[in-house]
Amino acid sequence: MSDERAFYRSQAEMLPPRPAPAATVGVVGWMRANLFSSYLNIALTLMSAGLLWVAVPPFLDWALFGADFSGATGADCTGDGACWAWLDQRIEQFLYGFYPAESYWRVNLAVILLVPALAYLLFDNLPYARYGRFFSVAYPVIAAVLLVGGFGLESVTTDKFGGFMLNLVAGLAGIVLSLPIGILLALGRRSRLPVVRILCVVFIEIFRGVPLITLLFVAIVILQLFLPPEVSLDQLIRVMIMITLFASAYMAEVIRGGLQAISQGQYEASQAMGLGYWQMMRLVVLPQALKISIPGIVNTFIGLFKDTTLVIIIGLFDILGQARLLQTNPEWIGEVDHETFLLAAVFFFVICFSMSRYSINLEKSLDTGRQ
Amino acid sequence: MRLKILAHAAVVTGMLVMVGTAPSQSATLDDVRAAGELKCGINTGLAGFAHTDDQGNWTGFDVAYCRALAAAVLGDSSKIKFVHLTGKTRFPALQSGEIDVLSRNTTWTLSRDVDLGFTFIGVNYYDGQGFIGRKSLGVMSAKELSGASICIQTGTTTELNLADFARTNNIDYEPVPIETNAEARAAYEAERCDVYTTDASGLAATKATFEDADQHMVYPEIVSKEPLGPLVRQGDDQWADIARWVLNALIIAEELGVTQANVEEMAAGKTDNPEVNRMLGTEGSYGEMLGLDARWAVQAIAAEGNYAEIFDRYIGPDTKLGLGRGLNALYKDGGILYAPPFR
Repeated sequence: MSDERAFYRSQAEMLPPRPAPAATVGVVGWMRANLFSSYLNIALTLMSAGLLWVAVPPFLDWALFGADFSGATGADCTGDGACWAWLDQRIEQFLYGFYPAESYWRVNLAVILLVPALAYLLFDNLPYARYGRFFSVAYPVIAAVLLVGGFGLESVTTDKFGGFMLNLVAGLAGIVLSLPIGILLALGRRSRLPVVRILCVVFIEIFRGVPLITLLFVAIVILQLFLPPEVSLDQLIRVMIMITLFASAYMAEVIRGGLQAISQGQYEASQAMGLGYWQMMRLVVLPQALKISIPGIVNTFIGLFKDTTLVIIIGLFDILGQARLLQTNPEWIGEVDHETFLLAAVFFFVICFSMSRYSINLEKSLDTGRQ
Repeated sequence: MRLKILAHAAVVTGMLVMVGTAPSQSATLDDVRAAGELKCGINTGLAGFAHTDDQGNWTGFDVAYCRALAAAVLGDSSKIKFVHLTGKTRFPALQSGEIDVLSRNTTWTLSRDVDLGFTFIGVNYYDGQGFIGRKSLGVMSAKELSGASICIQTGTTTELNLADFARTNNIDYEPVPIETNAEARAAYEAERCDVYTTDASGLAATKATFEDADQHMVYPEIVSKEPLGPLVRQGDDQWADIARWVLNALIIAEELGVTQANVEEMAAGKTDNPEVNRMLGTEGSYGEMLGLDARWAVQAIAAEGNYAEIFDRYIGPDTKLGLGRGLNALYKDGGILYAPPFR
């Protein structure tokens, strides 16, 4: 029968490929797969869209379309929207604090130099990497001279530091120092030498067990009481030391977690190859342990960076302090509460989000085993 | 928690050691002169009392006193190092010698004066707890507030003061307890209560932030005593005297009509008023008695003006805070500001 023959018909050539069904490709397909794949997801999508619809247009109206951008005092902000008029005269205080205006270029230069210094530290495939690494290592000294003065530059005391620059200085110093200190503490805590181990445990537990704000208070007040007045350590340095030690204690525990994930076989194999303790750690154990710990390390970095706002205790005005300060100015009082906090939040978000993205990037590029 | 207690114990011990081992308190005046700057402790930001201008310079009612003191001692009102202090750090900073004088809207109480080892050198602002309410209530005085709901910050002296005031005046009120001051302000604005109570200087600043400020009124009653003033470490009487008489000189200058504008002119030669002459150094040797030069008061007044000028510039009726002089008027104008005679 003809039907039967059609059924057994053989195909001599491959059928030409046909496009995938319209419902699974393009915008529609993406939406079906990601937004409307089940009743629950449909409901959630609609709710989210509704929320955005309710929240975003009024926010834009407030922050941009209905906002006042010019004026000399809060009284000039007559509209219903946000008041951004203060940006013009105050943005420098939000960025540089009370740093002398004629020396802003020194801060700017330090920030510009930070880009290559960080890049050579963070990325492998850059030209002149050999010299670049030296520059990265020398950068903290260069930045310190630029900011504080010396070698012909006029000296600027640290109580003039402020604004977002202060957050960057305190945060970066803490980040750069807390990682090596944390590694040493983590190794020390797992050491077989009892004195080293006990010292590290005591250090970690004390610094982890006391609120940071208490530590800062101790550094500021108690040290001052016991030291003679002429041996006074710079206030900002004290705070940076405390923030760094605090973050180091957390870092040590994060890294210890990574160390514990390395199987005993790795240690034994390294020892069988005749590696000493430091060689074993440097070449075999730490590279693996640190890779595992990346999310925790970055987590600690982000926490540390946000803790830099506590410098207000020593009367320094970081970007958040400047925000509060402007809110108490009689010319602006009551007009700028939300706007100033929003600005500070944006600055913090940009830095913290960049750190987070970089860490994800790093994890992917180092992802050699463990699939 | 135990560590925190330990830390606090350490702070207290540290203070005791400090008080125990440093009774001599080498002359603060010499230290200030040697350093070439006055270390003045001020607030980290309080509307009208300490805040920054566009150039980042500190100004305000509390700051002005520092400037006057620096001018009197060093002859230059800009030779100051401001140390910004929170409610927690202000007392240790003064104890440890980190600052020479604390001018940070601090209430003069017995325990601070005696137990903490400070000397309050006077009162530069008499504050107290007050009330703000909507004009639509039709009430002209806090004593007529029977039946009103009152927003109040919990766990503060304000709460206790209100209870005392209500009992003495036979007022039945409905308290609306709220955790923080800012929330209380917001609650009042959202009409969750008829009346809101806090320190009077704060009330004025609060009212200034309302969009319909003319619909609200601050009632005349002040129900607690909050005398705010500068303080120094106990034990250096010369320095305390200098600090006290700089404040007195600013008040006496108002009394005698000496202003920032005319002080140089009046100091140029002897005037008809012997008290002016004594103060401005053209008669007698009062500067020498204090260990300062004869023109100390001239410099202090030239820095920011007399008391009235400072008050009006930073917190007075024409500013956004709009505080009236009230108790802070001179005794002859119906206030209680009364400086001992310059003689």
